[in-house]
Amino acid sequence: MLEPSFQERKREQRLIRSRASIAAALVILALGLLIWRLLHLQLDQHEHFSVLSKDNRVKVQPIAPTRGLIYDARGVLLAENHPSFALDITLEKVEDLEHTIEALGHLVPIDEKDRARFERLKRQRMRFQGVPIRLNLTPEEVARIAVNGHRFPGVDVRAELVRAYPLGIATAHVLGYVGRINERELKSIDSRNYAGTHFIGKGGVEKAHEDLLHGQVGHQQVEVNARGRVLRTLSSTPPRPGRDLLLYLDIGLQQAAMAALGDRRGSVVAIDPRTGGVLALVSTPSFDPNLFVEGISQRDYQALLHSADKPLFNRAVRGQYPPGSTVKPFIGLGGLRYGLISEQSTTYCPGYFTLPGNTHRYRCWRRGGHGSLNLKGAIEQSCDVYFYDLANKLGIDRLHASLADFGFGAPTGIDLSGELGGLLPSREWKERVRNQPWFPGETLIVGIGQGTFLATPLQLAVATATLANRGLFIEPRVARASLLPGEAQAQAFPLLSRRIELDDPRYWDHAIDGMLAAVETKRGTARRIVSPDYRIAGKTGTSQVFSIGQSETYDAESVPEHLKDHALFVGFAPAEDPRIAVAVLVENGGGGGATAAPVARQVIDAYLGGTPLVMESEVNGGH
Amino acid sequence: MVTRRLSSDAAPEVEAGKPGLFRRLHLDAPLLVALLGLCGFGLMVLYSAADQDMQAIERQLLRLGLAFGLMLAVAQIPPARLRSWSMLLYLTGVAMLIAVLLIGEVGKGAQRWLDLGVVRFQPSELLKLAVPMAVAMVLSSRALPPSLARVVLALVMTAMPVVLIAKQPDLGTALLVASAGILVLFLAGLGWRLIAAFALFAAAAAPLLWFNMRDYQRQRVLTFLNPESDPLGSGYHIIQSEIAIGSGGISGKGWLNGTQSHLEFLPERHTDFIFAVIGEEFGFAGILALLALYIFIILRGLVIATRAADNYGRLLAGGLTLVFFVYVFVNTGMVTGLLPVVGVPLPLISYGGTSMVTLMLGFGLIMSVETHRKKLRI
Repeated sequence: MLEPSFQERKREQRLIRSRASIAAALVILALGLLIWRLLHLQLDQHEHFSVLSKDNRVKVQPIAPTRGLIYDARGVLLAENHPSFALDITLEKVEDLEHTIEALGHLVPIDEKDRARFERLKRQRMRFQGVPIRLNLTPEEVARIAVNGHRFPGVDVRAELVRAYPLGIATAHVLGYVGRINERELKSIDSRNYAGTHFIGKGGVEKAHEDLLHGQVGHQQVEVNARGRVLRTLSSTPPRPGRDLLLYLDIGLQQAAMAALGDRRGSVVAIDPRTGGVLALVSTPSFDPNLFVEGISQRDYQALLHSADKPLFNRAVRGQYPPGSTVKPFIGLGGLRYGLISEQSTTYCPGYFTLPGNTHRYRCWRRGGHGSLNLKGAIEQSCDVYFYDLANKLGIDRLHASLADFGFGAPTGIDLSGELGGLLPSREWKERVRNQPWFPGETLIVGIGQGTFLATPLQLAVATATLANRGLFIEPRVARASLLPGEAQAQAFPLLSRRIELDDPRYWDHAIDGMLAAVETKRGTARRIVSPDYRIAGKTGTSQVFSIGQSETYDAESVPEHLKDHALFVGFAPAEDPRIAVAVLVENGGGGGATAAPVARQVIDAYLGGTPLVMESEVNGGH
Repeated sequence: MVTRRLSSDAAPEVEAGKPGLFRRLHLDAPLLVALLGLCGFGLMVLYSAADQDMQAIERQLLRLGLAFGLMLAVAQIPPARLRSWSMLLYLTGVAMLIAVLLIGEVGKGAQRWLDLGVVRFQPSELLKLAVPMAVAMVLSSRALPPSLARVVLALVMTAMPVVLIAKQPDLGTALLVASAGILVLFLAGLGWRLIAAFALFAAAAAPLLWFNMRDYQRQRVLTFLNPESDPLGSGYHIIQSEIAIGSGGISGKGWLNGTQSHLEFLPERHTDFIFAVIGEEFGFAGILALLALYIFIILRGLVIATRAADNYGRLLAGGLTLVFFVYVFVNTGMVTGLLPVVGVPLPLISYGGTSMVTLMLGFGLIMSVETHRKKLRI
């Protein structure tokens, strides 16, 4: 073994020193690279990353506005936001889930369905979010949980606002209801304004006034962590609540109208002629709208959908029926207007009418005929021959024009969703739809409100109100005004009206006199509803569901229920100063005088406070 | 002719005055102060990154105490004795690595732990020290620069444990152990031609390595090349850490105010990605301060290496210092998106005991080299 020389050791030391220097240089170089990278991140792109960092942690959450309430004309609450209490379990705060649920089960009933829903929702939510184990706690259950709350960390009672209709069945067809927003609605709504909203109006007033009722969404900026948990609120813009609606609807009258219809299928529409306000709008049978709010069960829905009585069908605005003789006063006015008849001019009724050069007999409802009648008598006794003759003289074009003035054949423009416009036949309509010329015989059928002529109960009520107003047509409204809590003055909806001008204002009296006679004279078709307290002007109607042959007679006994005639009545009272105009329809109710007119009398009584009607023994109803 | 070298230099030696307190404790004062400063800064960052969890701080303090104690103990051992233990330590380490592969415990999908009954032990950590010691011993026992045979021997000694560790699989530690052996070779004067050949070989071996990688390792490389390709999966780490650092700007968001870290967007924020917390809360300025500390420690280590009494001490101190730098660079490079994600902690800052103990033992070795030096009078 040799000692390495001093030189050799020096050489080795120099070698390592030079290598160490190279290493130090490389270290500095590498750190320089790192610093260059940091300068890029922290100086060049600082702004960019600051934005990303902020986006990471700051989320904007919508705050749903509170939906406006709906009140009737007297301030009765018809649609409210009911606090509904749910029992939530926050998983991350609960140590022994099974034990907790079992212990909760001793306080409030928890059934299999609750457990199943809990298990389903549990998988969808984060551990720090509440999962409901029970919905719709009763106040007593809420209290029981509150008292024992300290024993259950991570278990909370959560309140949310759910739409409720305290008088549900009575208001279902007017108010409609709210329900979960569906795919189709999602496309048509302003998704930003509905960002926090789960419910939307599905029909009636709730849908027609959705914009007002919903309000304006609010926002809060919150700080969230990587898992989306909200840590604190940074700033917030409160939502603007929806406006409350004040209706013309009188819930007492609405309920009286429902009671008057009883278990029959039908509709009542009552309008205040002075305002066009809808006082009552009934379609029976009805349904409980509260079932739909949280999502109706499939079984309940199928039951409603397939019921033979069609409770979901809104007969008042979507039911289109031949109006029958109820249109006779309006046609009579057409005759006066075009100078074809006068107050005194008469028509002889032999019990039938024939067109010149034709042997077909258009029969009057009274086979023996009415003899000679003027307009008043023709309306009073609802003579068909008088109106066959008048319709023939008018011709379809003038007949169409006369009736269209009263709103037949087009939607009235009421603030309810889904309204249908009926059908007022015309030459143009027939050529367009059936590609056929108009036949004079058809004019006669339109003249007694049958055939292809269809109207909704609402249209009849509006036309009657226009008559009561002596020509002032006011677009019907269910909602009178809207009000924001805290506002001093409610904002009334504007009235839209037009006037039917006649050469002689007395024409109105001629038609109304006929309607008064129909109620007040011995031969009047609505004689049974005459009231000691006020004068009712009315007109009965019977609308044929199927046509009878030339020589057959209509025998109510032999016809199956669903083919029986519909009973109708239109009227208003008090005649001198009309405050209510009513249209009544009873499906397959038979004669208008026997079935529909008493319903109208009860409605008018309920509104004007008259002596209740005592039903006479069954008398054959008039037309 | 082969010359064999005595284990210690027999140069004339003279005491340069009375030894100071640090010298008597075998501690290098500048290095110790820098290390303490680094650890203090680390605790402060950790307090923030661990959401002000005092328990975590206490545990980390306990580990620091243990690590500094072990450093002090190792510093007392003269390099000559360390040299004589080198081979034994190395062989024991390799044997334990084989044992781990056969009977080791699986944690996080990799076999790394050996249960010794009392403590669970990661033999791969031991190799981080044993490999540079053994390679330094082998190379310093002959004249430098090493002959080709020595180089091959050193490479084989390095490769054996590296392969075993990579098989666990623990890419980060394998990388550190490999770099330890290679850096010692580099300091020993490995010829430039060999270095060039080595680089060529590495380039050629890269595809081979690719096909031998586990799926998650490949994924990391792919994600490194394009983090946006998988923003919610593997790329999430890098994207969020770049957002943290970038949003820190020059002066940072302030201590305890890092939103990326406190709102849990930043994963592994108190372990491997703690550098991003520093970048977010202390900004570019804070990072420069940290890097200054690191550079000081590294340069001090290299100074100690160059003035060591013998080649073993030089190679060992230099090698350990450079491995420390590799730690720093691989971690910061990964967190800043310069390098692929490899599980290497930020030395002396990241939460966790294993790497801390190994690192401080390494500094114990460096201090031993420095403080057992007899000053030469020339």
